[in-house]
Amino acid sequence: MLVVDIILTGLIIGGMYALIALGLTLQYGVARIVNLAYGEFFVAAALGAFWLYTGVSVNPLIGLVLVLPVAFGINWAIYQGLLAPLVRRAKNQGMLEVDSILATFGLLFVIQGVALASFGGQYFSYSYLSIPVSVMGSALAVNRLIALGFAAGIGGALYLALTRTRLGTAVRAVAVDPVAAQLVAIDVRRASAFAFALGGALVAAGGVLGGMFLTLNAAMGVVFTTKALIVVIMGGVGNLLGALVAGLLLGVAETSVARLVDPGLTLAVNYALFLAVLLWRPTGLFGSAAR
Amino acid sequence: MNATHLGAIAALFITIAIAAVPFVAGPYHVALGISLLSYSVLATAWALFSGPTRYISLATVAFFGIGAYTVGALGEALPWWLVLAVAAAIGVAVALVVGLSTLRLSGMYFVIFTFGLSELIRQVVTWYEVNVHRSVGRYVFVDVTQNAIYWQLLALTILVLVAGWLIGRSRLGLALRVIGEDETVARHCGIDTTAAKLTLFVVSALFTTVTGAVMAPRWTYIDPAIAFNPMISFQVVIMALLGGATRLLGPLLGVIPLVFLFELLSANFPNSYSILLGAAFMLIVYVVPNGVAGIIETGFKGFGRRAEVTP
Repeated sequence: MLVVDIILTGLIIGGMYALIALGLTLQYGVARIVNLAYGEFFVAAALGAFWLYTGVSVNPLIGLVLVLPVAFGINWAIYQGLLAPLVRRAKNQGMLEVDSILATFGLLFVIQGVALASFGGQYFSYSYLSIPVSVMGSALAVNRLIALGFAAGIGGALYLALTRTRLGTAVRAVAVDPVAAQLVAIDVRRASAFAFALGGALVAAGGVLGGMFLTLNAAMGVVFTTKALIVVIMGGVGNLLGALVAGLLLGVAETSVARLVDPGLTLAVNYALFLAVLLWRPTGLFGSAAR
Repeated sequence: MNATHLGAIAALFITIAIAAVPFVAGPYHVALGISLLSYSVLATAWALFSGPTRYISLATVAFFGIGAYTVGALGEALPWWLVLAVAAAIGVAVALVVGLSTLRLSGMYFVIFTFGLSELIRQVVTWYEVNVHRSVGRYVFVDVTQNAIYWQLLALTILVLVAGWLIGRSRLGLALRVIGEDETVARHCGIDTTAAKLTLFVVSALFTTVTGAVMAPRWTYIDPAIAFNPMISFQVVIMALLGGATRLLGPLLGVIPLVFLFELLSANFPNSYSILLGAAFMLIVYVVPNGVAGIIETGFKGFGRRAEVTP
C-alpha cells in the first residue's frame, strides 16, 4: 500500500529529524548559540560509525556507545574554548546570535574540509540489518525500525532527565531566563555548556542511527542543519513537544513528495511547509510568545 | 574647492587608471582584476544590507547563481543588455518573495532562510534541468570578451558605491542605522522597518544577480554545482567582515588582501583549501570583529583623544 508506505517511511525519517531538532533546541534555546555547524556533527558521526563498521567491524549500535561520549566531549570543548569567549563579549542576545552564526559558519567549513580530506567527496552507505520485515502490509528494513526505536528511547530519556532531575531543572531555568537563573544560584555557564554538549551528543546519535539506512556524503551537513533549524522554529523555540510534532510532519511531507513527485525536491517541500506555518503562526506551532 | 571636490577628483583619476588596466596588462592580470572587481561588487552589495541592519545574509550565491543561470538559458536568444535586464528582474522578484516572507519576522528566520536558500534554488534548478530541459549542464556561448567583462564589472562597482553613498545620506540610510541599533526603538519612531529592510535587501540582491550574469561567460559551461557553489557566499561574507561591513568602503579593504590570499591558497593547498578558509574566517570573527575599517577608525579616535589630553 502506497499510503501506508509513505506514512511509515515518513515517520521514521521524521523521528530522526525530531531527535536532531531536540539537540538543536538545547543548543539554541538554552545555550543561546545558533550553531550552523550542527549538521556537520550528524555527518561526522555517521562517517565515524561507517568507519567503525567497515574498518574494525564494530556494530553501529555498539558504535553508538562509543560515539556519544566522544561527541559530548568535543562539543563541550567547542563551547568552552570557542563559544564562551563570544558569550562573554556579547552585550546582548542579538550580538551573541550574530557572533555565533559567524563563528559556527567558519567552523562548518573547517569540519567539512577535514571530512572531505579524510573521506573524500563520494557517497557512502553500508548495509547493516537491512532485512525486510512486513509492517501493516508494507516492507520495512529492520535497521530503520531499530533506529526509530532508539530515537524514541533517547528522546524519552531526555524528557525525563530534563523534567525529573536537578540538573535538568537548572537547564530549563536557564532556557527561561539566563539572568534570573543566576539569582537562584544556577551556574549559567556550566548549564549552558552542558546543554550545548548534550545537543551535540544527540545529533551524533541521530547521525549514527540515520547512517544505518541513509546514503550520505561529507558535504551534506548543511541540509541537516537547515532541516533541524526549520523543525525547531516550526515547533516553537524551546518546545520539545513542538519539535516532535514538527519533525514528524516534515518527515511525512518530505516522503510524500519524494515518492509522488521527485526525490530531488525535499528541501523545497521543507521550505514551503516552513513558510506556511510561519505565515499562519509566526511563533511556531506550539510557541507561546515571540522571543 | 573643499574636501568633497578633492575626493571626487581623486575618485575620477582612480577610476580612469583602473579602466586603463586592460590596455597595458596581460590576460592574467585582467583575470585577476576581474576577480577583484567582482568580489568588490559582491562584498559591497552584501554590506549594503547586512552591515547596517546586522541581518546576516548567507544567500549571496543564490542570487549570483540566478544571474549566471539566466545567461546560460537566454544568452543566445536575446541581446546582451536585455539578458542582464531579465536576470536583474528575476533576482529582484526572488528577493521580494524571500524578503516579504521573512523580513517581517525576527532576524533568525531570515538567516535560516538565506542559509538554505541557495541549496533550495539549486535543487529546483536541477529538477527543472533534468525533467524539462533534459540535461544538467548548459554551454554559455555569448560573444563577450574578457576586457568587456572587466569594464562592465568596473561600471557595476562604481554604481554600487554610488548607490551606497546615496543611501547612506538618505532618510532610508538613517532608518537602517536605527534598525541596526534597536529595531523596537525604530518602530516606535515611526519607521516602517519592513519596507526599509526589504528595499535594501532588493537593492543588494539586484547587484549580486547582475554580477552573476556578467561573470557567466567566463565559465563557458555551467551546471547547478558550479553556479550555486556555497564557497562564493562564504568568501563574500569573510571579505566584507574583514574590511568592516558598517562603512561603505570597508568591504574593499577586505577584498583586496583576501583575493590575493585565496589565489595563493587555492594554488598551493588545493586539498585543505576549505579548512584554511574556515580557520581564517574564525580568526577574523574573533580578532577583528569590527573589520580593518573599524581598527583604522578607533586608531584615529584614540590618537585624537591622546592629543586632547596632553597639553
